[in-house]
Amino acid sequence: MELQIEDSVLVKQYIGGKEKALETLINRHNQKIISFIYSKVLDRDVAEDIFQDTFIKVIKTLKRGSYSEEGKFLPWVMRIAHNLIIDHFRKNKRMPKFEGSEDFNIFSVIKDDKLNVEKQMIKNQIDSDLTYLIDELPDDQREVLIMRIYKDMSFKEIAENTDVSINTALGRMRYALINLRKIVERNNIVLTN
Amino acid sequence: MEEIYSETPKTCGLIKARPETVSFLMAFSRSYQVANYENVTFERFLN
Repeated sequence: MELQIEDSVLVKQYIGGKEKALETLINRHNQKIISFIYSKVLDRDVAEDIFQDTFIKVIKTLKRGSYSEEGKFLPWVMRIAHNLIIDHFRKNKRMPKFEGSEDFNIFSVIKDDKLNVEKQMIKNQIDSDLTYLIDELPDDQREVLIMRIYKDMSFKEIAENTDVSINTALGRMRYALINLRKIVERNNIVLTN
Repeated sequence: MEEIYSETPKTCGLIKARPETVSFLMAFSRSYQVANYENVTFERFLN
């Protein structure tokens, strides 16, 4: 039968400089302490963090010589863990964390529509190239295309501003796009994002 | 019925801290030193 060294003896050995005694204490109470923490926080990673913080406090207290032998080692460690769990919930109450669930993912509702840096650079390049191509169009087609695409005007407004019928404005826009495609194809220009 | 009950996930099972957490704590313990000088306590970390 193997004799188990008491916690109080291991604590004394550790304070005396025997680091191995701490490892024995951690391994002896590992399961009880982390399972207790996990039963409260129900998150494996948070439990691991609180377990780590608990033993950092234990190490600091023991090395500073502030530990008193009044109580037993395990209840003392459990009390530290308990206080850290309360701190964790207080902190989360001030700054709630929303993680969603299996059925609902917050990122399916909220998304960032901004392009990433690379795509934004490509888009800027395409926009720049396109202005040169638009300059190649006949004046009447270029005028309609600029009003429609860049000034966001309706065809009714374009027709009024250029003194033509809506059908003519539509026709000019159609030819502007056809001609743009022709210029792109003729010069083997690649405009993609 | 047995199958249905067995599907219920355990939320409060017994777990153990990861070996890397224990290793970290041991490394922290070895590096953490406390020194007293003229009633002033100094904490230091040795690399």
